[in-house]
Amino acid sequence: MKADYLHQFFFVYYPYICLTVFVLGSALRYDRNQYTWKADSSQLLRRKGMRIGNNLFHIGIILLFFGHLVGLLTPRGVYHHFMDSGTKQMMAMVAGGIFGTLCFIGMTMLLVRRLFDPRIRATSKPSDIIILLVLYVQLTTGLITIPFSAQHMDGNSMIAMANWAQHIVTFRSGAADFIMGEAIIFKLHLVLGTTIFLLFPFTRLVHVFSGVAAPVKYIFRRGYQIVRKRA
Amino acid sequence: MLIRAQIGKVLNLDKCIGCHTCSVTCKNVWTSRQGVEYAWFNNVETKPGVGYPKKWENQKVWNGGWERKNNSNIQPKMGGKFRLLTKIFANPDLPEIDDYYEPFTFEYERLQKAPESKHVPTARAHSVITGKKIEKPEWGPNWEEILGGEFEKRREDSNFQDIQADIYGQFENTFMMYLPRLCEHCLNPTCVASCPSGAIYKREEDGIVLIDQDKCRGWRMCISGCPYKKIYFNWQSGKSEKCTFCYPRIEAGDPTVCSETCVGRIRYLGVMLYDADKIKDAASVKDEQDLYQAQCDIFLDPHDPEIIDQAKKDGVPDSWITAAQNSPVYKMAMEWKVALPLHPEYRTLPMVWYIPPLSPITNAAEKGQIEMDGVIPDVHKLRIPVKYLANLLTAGKEEPVVSALEKMIAMREYMREKNVEGFDNPELLKQVGLDEAMLTDMYRIMALANYEDRFVIPTNHREYSGATPFDNEIAFDTRSSCGFSFGNGCSGDVGKTSLFGTKTHKNTMSGKVPKTSKKSRLGKFGSCS
Repeated sequence: MKADYLHQFFFVYYPYICLTVFVLGSALRYDRNQYTWKADSSQLLRRKGMRIGNNLFHIGIILLFFGHLVGLLTPRGVYHHFMDSGTKQMMAMVAGGIFGTLCFIGMTMLLVRRLFDPRIRATSKPSDIIILLVLYVQLTTGLITIPFSAQHMDGNSMIAMANWAQHIVTFRSGAADFIMGEAIIFKLHLVLGTTIFLLFPFTRLVHVFSGVAAPVKYIFRRGYQIVRKRA
Repeated sequence: MLIRAQIGKVLNLDKCIGCHTCSVTCKNVWTSRQGVEYAWFNNVETKPGVGYPKKWENQKVWNGGWERKNNSNIQPKMGGKFRLLTKIFANPDLPEIDDYYEPFTFEYERLQKAPESKHVPTARAHSVITGKKIEKPEWGPNWEEILGGEFEKRREDSNFQDIQADIYGQFENTFMMYLPRLCEHCLNPTCVASCPSGAIYKREEDGIVLIDQDKCRGWRMCISGCPYKKIYFNWQSGKSEKCTFCYPRIEAGDPTVCSETCVGRIRYLGVMLYDADKIKDAASVKDEQDLYQAQCDIFLDPHDPEIIDQAKKDGVPDSWITAAQNSPVYKMAMEWKVALPLHPEYRTLPMVWYIPPLSPITNAAEKGQIEMDGVIPDVHKLRIPVKYLANLLTAGKEEPVVSALEKMIAMREYMREKNVEGFDNPELLKQVGLDEAMLTDMYRIMALANYEDRFVIPTNHREYSGATPFDNEIAFDTRSSCGFSFGNGCSGDVGKTSLFGTKTHKNTMSGKVPKTSKKSRLGKFGSCS
């Protein structure tokens, strides 16, 4: 009974709490406190390790994010024109494994730097350390799921989690039932994943939005210069 | 043709005594805050030297400014838009704080509070970032002050290009000059061009280049883009900051703080009219040595009736046109040709110009007959090599520097003969192409340098920002507002702690060493102090 309640909470209500805070929190921060909206780079204070660490981390995590986005939210009917579920699972495991490893190497370097470099540690806000640790644990659980997945290559587990995600984002009931029987490591990964959305607006992660918007605006900017008229 | 106006600046290096008053007053007003202790919007360097941050002039190291491609287009030297975006995760062209200096304070408290001991207590230097001891500070905004340090290191100065520098390490041949530096408020700024967020902009009405602190996301491309390294990353706020040209003062018709407080009266502020449509072409000329002339060519004569008509059509207020006609900057840059741009080869079309310094005639020349070029001593015999000044001010082209120096020598000589020996020497003027009226003007503005001659600044016309002049809505909109502030300064929700990130450091300019004990470090997580 208790386990059932917790399952309902974490896989039905909790995701909605997280997504609500994610949307409203980000909007409020953008509207009310844009001065705090930034990438918060610490490269000025320590260059060492940034070139490899930060590039690996970002490339890895961006590709992992899009992998998850497309993998979880693409309806079965769409990708079945190209491949069966087993193939898709294989692809997810290989791509996730490669980019997860790149990301892991990069993030390990960044975490060591953040915790043990005196300059970076002294200028770290609690949120900087917390979010990095959360991401690190999340990445680790994600990598641990790979051998679990390898035990059943039929893609059913993957389909279950995709169904859960699709039901959540389309506000359909019964989302939690799909993943009732999944291994605990998958569940942990899902809960921690939704938690990242909860923490998002209160950390430097908000720069993700700008990381999408700024390059687009920049590429389409006419020429290079900007002149503002007085207002 | 599109006429815009800009407040330009000239620094007369011939009169700079290197007192750093400009730097100190600027720092007190603008950068005495946490995160920018190491930043000097204005600093004074002794040349020759590698400067602050180290080797800022060496664009092989920092990739600042623009480069001209084979198709005659220009793009930031860091790379075009796509290339630049690939550097966003880790910028290989970004200086580290040690290239400036790690900000420090001395442990003054120890001098007052140390217990009785055998030895006199000392006040060691401590980093205000980490609170840890610094063995010794190793760089700063004027580290090579009056040729401090070994010549071997100062020899790395990029302006020694094409000069047999070694002889200038010998005591007999040594030379020096001061170079006060601030943001150039360029016509073709690379910082603006390299900002992916579009947070940096040039103001249409007065040309001041500013960073929108709300829009800046801290991608830190501007710091590399600026070849003068005059954009600084605030490590506390995570945003870039730069010289504001004291725009709240300029708007009110007052000079910038650095100019106002300059005890040597070397700084001049005045309006320049220019053709904004020609910026790109001027910045793209093939030969670097033609850039100085190309920039002069886009400045417009404020006395020309056609220009005046067009300027009015383009929205330049009458008071600005009048100011442009009386502009000391226009006179020095365009009429007398004594002021020259700083490193035009960066292709940014800088708007803070410099009058090259005169220097004593070298010993060698003094021993024999001073070599005269007509009635003027040969400027190549001056202690500061002309080529060095040319590398600094005209991309290596010597003629404009020679001509400027000769005019200044002629002015001195003429006024000396007039006032001390009591006769006019028209020969002198003829040789350098000046007439009596022009020379009198030069003498009044450059030598006497009265306040009203140095600063000809029209006030900002707020009323022109509306659809019609005296637009009530705009006039009343800004009335009683909070004025200058950072980010959310205006609204009431700025407390000591914030959901969206509390500052990690309190006032780092207080002279107190930040605590780093384990206890207080842990406390930070709880109390967010």
